[in-house]
Amino acid sequence: MRTRALLVAAATALASCGASAPHSTGVYLLVDTSGSYNRQLNKAEQIVLYALSRLQPLDSIAVARIDAGSFSEKNIIAKASFDDRPSSTNRQKRAFASRVESFVGESRPAAFTDITGGLLQAIEFLNEKHTGRKEILIFSDMKEDLAKGYVRNIPMDLHGFEVVALNVTKLHSDNFDPREYLSRLDDWRARVEKGGGRWRVINDLDHLDGLL
Amino acid sequence: MAEHESHKLMSITTLLAFTPWPAVSASILFILLVTALYLARGTAHQAISATANALSKGLRLASHSVAHAEQRLAARNRDVLLAAGREAKERIVEREFTRVGDTVRKDLAGYPELHRRLSEAIIRMEEQQAKAVEVPPEVPGWAQAVKVVANIDARNAGADILSDIHKSMVKSHSEAMGAYRKSSGERHSLLRRMMPDWRLVTETLGHVAKSVESVIARALTIDRHMEEYEAIVRGEDRAVSVLSSSSIVYFFVSLLVLAVATAGAAVNFTLIARPMAEMVGGTSFIGVLRTADIAALVIIMVEISMGLFLMESLRITRLFPVIGALSDKMRVRMIMVTFTILLLMASVEAGLAYMRELLLKDELATSALLRGDATDTMLSGHMWITTAAQMGMGFVLPFALVFVAIPLETFVHSLRTVVGLIAIGILRALALLLRVLGNGFRHVGGLAQRLYDLPLFVPLWIEMRMAASEPAAGPQGSRGPSGEGRSLRGARP
Repeated sequence: MRTRALLVAAATALASCGASAPHSTGVYLLVDTSGSYNRQLNKAEQIVLYALSRLQPLDSIAVARIDAGSFSEKNIIAKASFDDRPSSTNRQKRAFASRVESFVGESRPAAFTDITGGLLQAIEFLNEKHTGRKEILIFSDMKEDLAKGYVRNIPMDLHGFEVVALNVTKLHSDNFDPREYLSRLDDWRARVEKGGGRWRVINDLDHLDGLL
Repeated sequence: MAEHESHKLMSITTLLAFTPWPAVSASILFILLVTALYLARGTAHQAISATANALSKGLRLASHSVAHAEQRLAARNRDVLLAAGREAKERIVEREFTRVGDTVRKDLAGYPELHRRLSEAIIRMEEQQAKAVEVPPEVPGWAQAVKVVANIDARNAGADILSDIHKSMVKSHSEAMGAYRKSSGERHSLLRRMMPDWRLVTETLGHVAKSVESVIARALTIDRHMEEYEAIVRGEDRAVSVLSSSSIVYFFVSLLVLAVATAGAAVNFTLIARPMAEMVGGTSFIGVLRTADIAALVIIMVEISMGLFLMESLRITRLFPVIGALSDKMRVRMIMVTFTILLLMASVEAGLAYMRELLLKDELATSALLRGDATDTMLSGHMWITTAAQMGMGFVLPFALVFVAIPLETFVHSLRTVVGLIAIGILRALALLLRVLGNGFRHVGGLAQRLYDLPLFVPLWIEMRMAASEPAAGPQGSRGPSGEGRSLRGARP
């Protein structure tokens, strides 16, 4: 009986080793490159660097652009799952920052804005990573503009996800009627919360302390 | 809550409704209650008294039991303290005897040589002294003068005789003085040659005196320790008191040193925990602790264990009798093995400390890059000092932690006494509390009887008056006023 208890205790201790996945964080940053918003990419780079500084070994991060058809792996600019060793993680972070920097320098404005497709891609990516905490950051004005033929009226399963809209700028038309801006945000909130996710908006990029 | 209150009010109203006048109903009820209480007074008093006595006796019994346990624990503590003191004294006396033995052995080993040198010096001195004995110079020439005087002619020969005597005297005097000076010079020369021998003898005797004084001093120390040892063996209260106070002092001193050692171990942990993440991963957990932290702790614990074994093998501490009882050859092997392991672990720690510095620089550089602050990556040319200091600490701390074994042994030994004293104090306080509670319950029983009698003052007063009005006949009446007094005391709460 005593031997059995010892074996059970040892098995429990061994099982607890390496069970690190639930502690990890997954971050998926969607960067809007449509129209005039493409000029805001330097701010997006700052957010990426901030996110990199907050992430730990075994965390995952991906940066993808939002363009006409965002539900595609091709839209992913850079992705990384950090190593268990801190030194390797640091090397990966530096390489990641370098890739994002080169993207910011070379990015061209897109004709359409497929935010929903990007969200679906983010959900798929983070679910595959099995991270304990799942964060989708959307760097966009949240004005969706789909090309003809794209079906995006799809329910999303966002249970366990936190969706943060960053730097949601006011459009020219919002200035005429602010209700458009507010209703746009409300619509997105409703969609996210309907999918089981949590919704936040951060417009002051100088105070990202609450993020991650 | 309000419903409950209204229900209670209704019950009281119903209870008082058996006559048209509630006041009359209340009075009747009160009289009935007092009557019932009066009739049950004797039984109630017995019940109260029995309960109070049972509680009081139970608590007093528990108090006696605890006091007895405290006495047994005190006796046990005393035995343990005396045994520990006896053992410590035996070790001290044994060490003193070893020192005396070493001194005597060292001096006795040189004694034949010392004796030979002294004998030779003394022989040389005797010979030289014999040579240096002063011999009176022989006075030559007196025979010739006597002969001349013997041959004196009766006639005028005085001047020649005196002249010859004078010449002879002068000559003999000068010869005698020459011989005396020569012999004096030789004697002085011999005496000068005796000086080194004297010095040798003085030095040798001084050395012997020093050794003897050392042995005498050690003997005095042994005498003192033996007196204390005998006092401990006899189990004198003074010896127990001294040992007890010493134990408490040792406990706090060792606790302080252990706290310092713990701080050192914490510094050591900080040095190696970060680089350990590179070896075992930085994110895996065992329970709520990071595996890297546990690995670093294990390394430090292993170092402390090796230090303990090293100290045991050197017979500086005696925590593990098995190690102390090993043969000298085995102990030496164990010393070599533990020291080698310690050296290896200290080297590993120095390497990890260096690795920590590299990781820190790498992390700082990455953080600066992510903040977009390139100036932070600038590194001073003097940073090697901190790197060297960390490596030095990583190498030295494991050896410093070896000495934790000494306060740890003292702590373990004194802990027994201190815990015993605390337990005795707790038991004593518990016994006192139980005794106070026992007495308290006894008095509470008396008080409860008085409180019971309080609403019965009218029937009790009537009973008292009736008892007083009865004729003084019969066995009760013969007591007179004193019996009334007791009744009054019983009636009035």
